[in-house]
Amino acid sequence: MTETIARSDKLAGRPIDPNAPFLEVRDLNVEFRIEDGIVRAVNGLSYTLGQGETLAILGESGSGKSVSAQAVMGILDTPPGFVTAGTVKFRGVDLLAKNKKGTFDHVVPEVRGSRIAMVFQDALTALNPVFTVGWQLGEMLRKHRGYSKKDAKEGAIELMERVKIPSARERVNSYPHEFSGGMRQRVMIAMALSLDPDVLIADEPTTALDVTVQAQIMELLSELQAETGTGLILITHDLAVVAEVADRVVVMYAGMRMEVGEIQAVYHRPSHPYTLGLMKSLARHDMHVERLTPIAGSPPDLLHIPTGCPFHPRCPYAKDICSTEIPSLDAVGGGHASACHFWQEVQIEI
Amino acid sequence: MTDDLRPSDEPSTNIDPAIDVEVEAEALGRVPDASAQDGRTASLWGDAWRQLRRRPVFVISATIIVILVIISLWPGLFATHDPRDCNLIDSLLLPSSEHWFGTDLQGCDYYSRTLYGTRVSITIGIVVVFFITLIAIIGGSIAGYYGRAVDSIIGRITDIWFVIPTILGGIVILSLVRTRGITTVSLVLIVLGWATLLRLVRSSVLAVKANDYVEAARAMGASNFRIIVRHILPNALAPVIIVSAINVGVIIAAEAALSFLGVGLQLPAISWGLMISVAQQRIISAPHLLLFPGAFLSVTVFSFILMGDALRDALDPKLR
Repeated sequence: MTETIARSDKLAGRPIDPNAPFLEVRDLNVEFRIEDGIVRAVNGLSYTLGQGETLAILGESGSGKSVSAQAVMGILDTPPGFVTAGTVKFRGVDLLAKNKKGTFDHVVPEVRGSRIAMVFQDALTALNPVFTVGWQLGEMLRKHRGYSKKDAKEGAIELMERVKIPSARERVNSYPHEFSGGMRQRVMIAMALSLDPDVLIADEPTTALDVTVQAQIMELLSELQAETGTGLILITHDLAVVAEVADRVVVMYAGMRMEVGEIQAVYHRPSHPYTLGLMKSLARHDMHVERLTPIAGSPPDLLHIPTGCPFHPRCPYAKDICSTEIPSLDAVGGGHASACHFWQEVQIEI
Repeated sequence: MTDDLRPSDEPSTNIDPAIDVEVEAEALGRVPDASAQDGRTASLWGDAWRQLRRRPVFVISATIIVILVIISLWPGLFATHDPRDCNLIDSLLLPSSEHWFGTDLQGCDYYSRTLYGTRVSITIGIVVVFFITLIAIIGGSIAGYYGRAVDSIIGRITDIWFVIPTILGGIVILSLVRTRGITTVSLVLIVLGWATLLRLVRSSVLAVKANDYVEAARAMGASNFRIIVRHILPNALAPVIIVSAINVGVIIAAEAALSFLGVGLQLPAISWGLMISVAQQRIISAPHLLLFPGAFLSVTVFSFILMGDALRDALDPKLR
């Protein structure tokens, strides 16, 4: 799809603001109402994503990073999941609207696929096993663009070439299970890019892959992004994987922002004990570490988020104040901000 | 692997992501390609088909079923006499070169009558199973996909239906009807028979719905209808096809049983159940009256059940 498709400057009847950021999330709150109580998965997440920008959302499993993406896409399982507060704006268009019950509904399903697309972690399970990849790629073009069968197949081959799948013409009729993990992820990326979305959300795009393949996929993503000017959100638990590609990072814990800022600043000068803990628990090449240290304790029970700073029960720096007062997100210099009462102490240790 | 056939509330984990013929044919038809032409289809249905062709059980049962279907469509091609042109002089003759299966009390050619009986059995079997499957797929997908209140309502109705035994329910309902033709009997069997299969579809849909590709389809902007038809059903139908094949046999037997009990089809209709019913009064003096329709009935039911077995083996990758 090299030709540019004339896009309507309206979305769901509302004008698109050409100067607004591609995606603007403000104070997003998502909770799951289950029998045992309320699981607060996302608590006040905010971020802004501009054209051609790459934002990494970093956190352990259960930190609310995937759930926040689902809320943005409007694919949250409702119930039990509800957006209880916040705004999500796509190029100035509000995607959420309050309903009678006081929660928020996603009111612009048109963004899915054509404006905001998603790449999933495991392409083997995210591709339909009974159809060829060419058919699945072509389906997007047939359905959303009204392509004929023949054009859709050519379009599918073009897409596969764009994500650098070798001998695309021969492989267009293969089934997902006939591809290697890396190639499958390329197919997934091709599918996400098929409708030229403005924003691409990649949910752990490389977690299921070999380390060498991980690098290739990240490279591909950033190349494609440079080509198209797409805004890219990378959801990950591994800062090292995204450090080369991302511009900014949001570190999440218990659905809250722990640290935000320029990726290089956060990577080289982590200012929150949680960020530091995450980095110490993963091998990295530029820092000689004798042994990897896991973060003590276990991820928070989102049914009972600790009072004060949610990280305090696991935090080596914790003092009394941490269990009573939620630290504000304060600038710590060098282009980032940390939500820790004792960020100076953390910085000293580095 | 009888687990596959048992309707269960738990989503079965070993649902094979195979696919029904129509969808696959359509998919291949849309993208005619070199690999399909040189016979290298790697789809799960393609695998299953290659498996099936090599299985004697499948070949035998499929051959018998094809022959039965041809007989039921054009019984006149094979019959030696008009089944209703009877001569009382020929009453109760034993099998001979003139009357291969002998004659019945009315002097009708029993071979021709048995062949014409195929039509009733096959028609009722296929029509009833078609509608049962249709109801089950629609109801089961809606219950499984939408869940919650819709699921509860459909689930409770299904539960209530489970309480009614097919044959007993059939006797009660049909005994209230004065004239009973193929339509009446089919209708009653459809009304009584859908519950089990609906549960199977529901649990199968539930299992498939949990897959990432369903969420991915949603993230790519597919509508609910499209997700169900394109992404869930092709992956959820394998166990349904198996049970439906077996169901054809079960329904044919049920029709015969109802007709035998005197609440199914009525004379002058020609049906194996009716023929067996009349034959039982003369089982000693004219055993051929019981033998031939009984044998046809058994072979027919057996073939469909064998077919179901063969399909199950081919569609369940764990048994390969």
